[in-house]
Amino acid sequence: MTLFGVLGFATPWLLLGLLALPILWVILRAVPPAPIRRMFPGVVLLLGLKDEDQITDRTPWWLLLIRMLAVAAVIVGLAGPVLNPDERDGAAGSGPLLVVMDASWASAPDWRARIEALDGLLARAGREARPVAVLRLTDPQPITFQSADVLRTRLGGLAPDPWTPDTELTSRAVAALPEGRFDSYWMSDALARDARAPLLAALESRGRVTVFESPRATYGLEPARFEDGILQMTLRRLRPGPAAEVSLAAHGKDPAGNPALLLRQPVTFEADATSAGVEISLPAELRARIERFEIEGNRSAGAVSLPDDSLRRREVALIAGRENREGLELLDPLHYLLKALAPTADLLQGPFDTLLPANPDVIVLADVATLTADETAGLTEWLEQGGMLLRFAGPRLAGSDVSRDTEDPLMPVRLRAGGRSVGGAMSWGEPKTLAPFPEDSPFAGLAIPPDVTVSSQVMAQPDPTLADRVIAQLSDGTPLVTRKRIGAGQVVLFHVTANAEWSTLPISGLFVQMLERLSVSSSAARPDADALDGTVWQPLRVLDGFGSLGDGSTLPGVDGAALVSDPLGPDLRPGVYQGEDRALARNVMTADTAFAPAAWPDRIPVEGLSRPRETPLAGWLLAGAVALLLADVIASLALSGRLRGARAAGTAVILAALSLGAEAQAQVQAQVQAQAQTQAQTQAEDTAAIAATAEVVLAHVLTGDPQLDDLARAGLRGLSETLFFRTSIEPAEPMGVDLETDELAFFPFLYWPVTASQPLPSGDAYGKLNTYLRSGGMILFDTRDADIAGFGSGSANGRKLQELARPLDIPPLEPLPQDHVLTRTFYLLQDFPGRHNGRDVWVEAAPADAEQVEGMPFRNLNDNVTPVVIGGNDWAAAWAMDERGNPLVPIGAGFSGERQREIAYRFGVNLIMHVLTGNYKSDQVHVPALLDRLGQ
Amino acid sequence: MSEAVAQLRRHAQEEASRFPALLARAEQLAGTVLLGEHGRRRAGLGDDFWQYRPLRPGDEYRHIDWRRSARGDEQFVREREWQIAQSVLLWVDPGASMRFASERNLPQKADRARLIALAAAILLIRGGERVGLTGWTLPPQRGDAQILRLAEAFTQENDEDYPAPEARGMIPHARALFISDFLGDPAPVEAALTKAADRGVRGVLLQVLDPSEESFPFEGRTIFQSIGGSLAHETLKAGQLRQSYLQRLAERKDRLQALCRLTGWQYDCHHTSQSAQAALLWIYRAMDGGHR
Repeated sequence: MTLFGVLGFATPWLLLGLLALPILWVILRAVPPAPIRRMFPGVVLLLGLKDEDQITDRTPWWLLLIRMLAVAAVIVGLAGPVLNPDERDGAAGSGPLLVVMDASWASAPDWRARIEALDGLLARAGREARPVAVLRLTDPQPITFQSADVLRTRLGGLAPDPWTPDTELTSRAVAALPEGRFDSYWMSDALARDARAPLLAALESRGRVTVFESPRATYGLEPARFEDGILQMTLRRLRPGPAAEVSLAAHGKDPAGNPALLLRQPVTFEADATSAGVEISLPAELRARIERFEIEGNRSAGAVSLPDDSLRRREVALIAGRENREGLELLDPLHYLLKALAPTADLLQGPFDTLLPANPDVIVLADVATLTADETAGLTEWLEQGGMLLRFAGPRLAGSDVSRDTEDPLMPVRLRAGGRSVGGAMSWGEPKTLAPFPEDSPFAGLAIPPDVTVSSQVMAQPDPTLADRVIAQLSDGTPLVTRKRIGAGQVVLFHVTANAEWSTLPISGLFVQMLERLSVSSSAARPDADALDGTVWQPLRVLDGFGSLGDGSTLPGVDGAALVSDPLGPDLRPGVYQGEDRALARNVMTADTAFAPAAWPDRIPVEGLSRPRETPLAGWLLAGAVALLLADVIASLALSGRLRGARAAGTAVILAALSLGAEAQAQVQAQVQAQAQTQAQTQAEDTAAIAATAEVVLAHVLTGDPQLDDLARAGLRGLSETLFFRTSIEPAEPMGVDLETDELAFFPFLYWPVTASQPLPSGDAYGKLNTYLRSGGMILFDTRDADIAGFGSGSANGRKLQELARPLDIPPLEPLPQDHVLTRTFYLLQDFPGRHNGRDVWVEAAPADAEQVEGMPFRNLNDNVTPVVIGGNDWAAAWAMDERGNPLVPIGAGFSGERQREIAYRFGVNLIMHVLTGNYKSDQVHVPALLDRLGQ
Repeated sequence: MSEAVAQLRRHAQEEASRFPALLARAEQLAGTVLLGEHGRRRAGLGDDFWQYRPLRPGDEYRHIDWRRSARGDEQFVREREWQIAQSVLLWVDPGASMRFASERNLPQKADRARLIALAAAILLIRGGERVGLTGWTLPPQRGDAQILRLAEAFTQENDEDYPAPEARGMIPHARALFISDFLGDPAPVEAALTKAADRGVRGVLLQVLDPSEESFPFEGRTIFQSIGGSLAHETLKAGQLRQSYLQRLAERKDRLQALCRLTGWQYDCHHTSQSAQAALLWIYRAMDGGHR
């Protein structure tokens, strides 16, 4: 290596090649550019013209200069120039070199500087041909000296570990030291440790030791403590110094589940203080979402602290069978659950298919009877992974066939039909009280208030397994709460409703305690080592040395006692560990971690990390030579007239593409195309959605039978026309709906003609249909065979209807009673004919306690619109109209047939009125009371 | 023997395949002009009835159509449609110098010249004129068959670089259309035009040039060759010749224009980068000009 100031050359004799440049100049200068032959008819006009000067048949000087520069750059580049070569004298030595690295979390913040410094040392060792080995104290391996250049290629793979080398690791390192003399470089993390002394002595006995240390401030963060509703954080720094301000940040997920910065708080270290505290008051909801605290700008595991369950809240998803849209709040099936859980848990509400992917800890199904196959599969999988399904009974569960003959996988017991009612006005006996909880029940020990009574419940079938599954029962021994384990999870069924209709349980304090015992809501103190003895904890997320979180699921489980008491090391990494029903965190820094600067004996030289970087320049010079040659190509072309107009642009583009990579454009093009396609698709969907929602639109389900679909469409068109003429409902042209692909939420009403041949909808489609029914849509099933009265079993269409409707969440039905609101929403009707004049039309059953109000001709029935109407009168045929308003299908004979068609239209009008206005006609029951009040 | 026949046949097929395309393009081009300029529908000498118009001062009484005038109080004159057949003679430069295009998406000068000439011929024949070639090969005739014959004649090419215009066989008081680049020796052109003017032949000179001939966009050391290979010129700095070249070109154009003024012809310069329709329209106007 020859030095010229800050520049050194690996092979300086190559620079002699520069002497050849003047000769090259002379040779190149004498050669003029070759001529181009051009066809040109105008040559006749050129004959006789002379060139003005004859000098330019030599290469112009600037072109020569470009070429000379290119050649010179190649020569200098090959001579191996290096900027700032590491030529530290004094330390120069021979023999092997050992690099000892602390490689703990405390060296992580300036790890890059360490690696660069090491790279410089190794480069120098390589030039001096010294064999080198690296020893990481956090992970001591047998030492083999090898070429410095080989080692340099592996430097990028070195990373700090999130623990410190303790006595055991250091003694392993001492044992690994080879015999013979060698010098040592010690990359220290600057933390004081007792274990250093023996290693230092061992190294000094082998040769010279030089220590490298970063003067940079090192910070540590102790775990958050939660006291009196306030988070207490303590920050520490290694060396006392002037006052400094650092920024403390808390990261977690925002309500949408995306990673977000939840909090940023400046913390001030007083001058000469080594620790600083800060108190943070956070809303419980925000606090529960914090996943880690960190000191910003300080990438190390010590500057990160992980909170565990002590700050977290459980996520509970609530799903009710039917939203009580107009009912009183206290009748809402979820009201008491919301009140009981809101202070201690995160509540999720929404449609089923969005709740399950959120992976809540608990799902509550309040009076939900039927689930689609997809929902069942999803729930089962979730349960097996440790979910908890909490179900409540209710009229719909009691009225359904779920778990009747065989045990439903998502029910703990089989149920008897109908349930029972005790202590009501029409039944014998008193409302029942609760029996004391058995010893093995999770509720054992809870005091039972005497005013908790149960008046209705669903009854379990006596099965062999029943006794094991009962965890609470009534005073007469009938089960009140049953439980079944599925995989790692469990299903719990309360045999009463979640509101106060069937029992007073939900309005008692016992209800809250029971939920807490079931871990629906939980908060508990950190356990001690004895309590955890023998348990195994699985790492969930672990920290690396830089303080970033990684997946810990591939690591082996850790014994509970060791988790709490052992020091961190390769077998116990800092991170979050998952136990049976809770998570524990191990952090690098704790309140009693020693945190002091290392003190080295005076005889050991201690150096900093930074020095000018050694920069090889050969690559830049050779690249510059290539660029100059490219410029020479363009200049030569331009000079000889071969480069003009479009061709010049083309050449430039080709050159640019050569240096930049041309496939990017193709990619962009493909992307644009794909985007355009999706856009077109979205646009088409938007157009359909706008058409469906701009006006009221009646819709029919496409059955796949074109004739039937046309008739249904014509029928709805007729009904739409009738509505338009007679009422203030002015529907647009009806639409056909494909259950698999179309959105149902736009349509208030679906007409579903049943044929024996239509395919069953897919699981997704049933999911959509159930959502549609739960959110207030109405489906009119029409078997078109006038035979529904015999429970449908007699006809093919009837059987098909049963098949179609089985996965649907349909409430108990009854034949339309004479005082149903459908009989008077617009017209007063007694019959509901279509093409047939069948007797029975089925609607949602009235509640058992519906009573006739004095002075009114009808009872106060359902508060809601019936979600389904089932009949077989082929209404679409009676309603069907062509574009000119002529009926398409003959009905009956003569005048009576026309009369029947008219009544069919009236039924249609009443039906749509019922769909759109709900039960407001029923409110007439209140008229006497209102008049009475007005009279006062 | 059979080889020669096969070659002849192949050439004939090639020619024939090129020929309808030229014809079709020329018909289309002519159609665009016909739409705008409806024939020679105007009063003049001829046999066919054109219109009755009221008698104006200066009309001779013998022109009054008594049968029509007897129907009312006003006198009418019967006008006949202008019908006079003229002979139009075409000369399209068949030389090698015309087969040049500076860029791939420009037509050759020869292509453009043929197209314009044939389209003009179609227009004229549709207008009732007799159209033919100068020289003795194709005397002026009417009818669609003449269009085919003209198209066939245009496809014949000459390897000579700058052929002199064919000025023989000029019919007195006919009209003529010469299309060439006029880059060659101007003396034969002058001779031909003077000879034509002597016989009372008026006409149109259309100079067809390539854009590169107009701008001379060359640089560096270049050897320029004519298409036929008869001429060559080497220069070390083509860019320096630009001014002199352009000057010479302008002089040539001036000379042609002066010649036209002298002989009562009309001159225009057309570039292959321009639309052929514009040139055709100009020719049509120029040929019609005498009758307005």
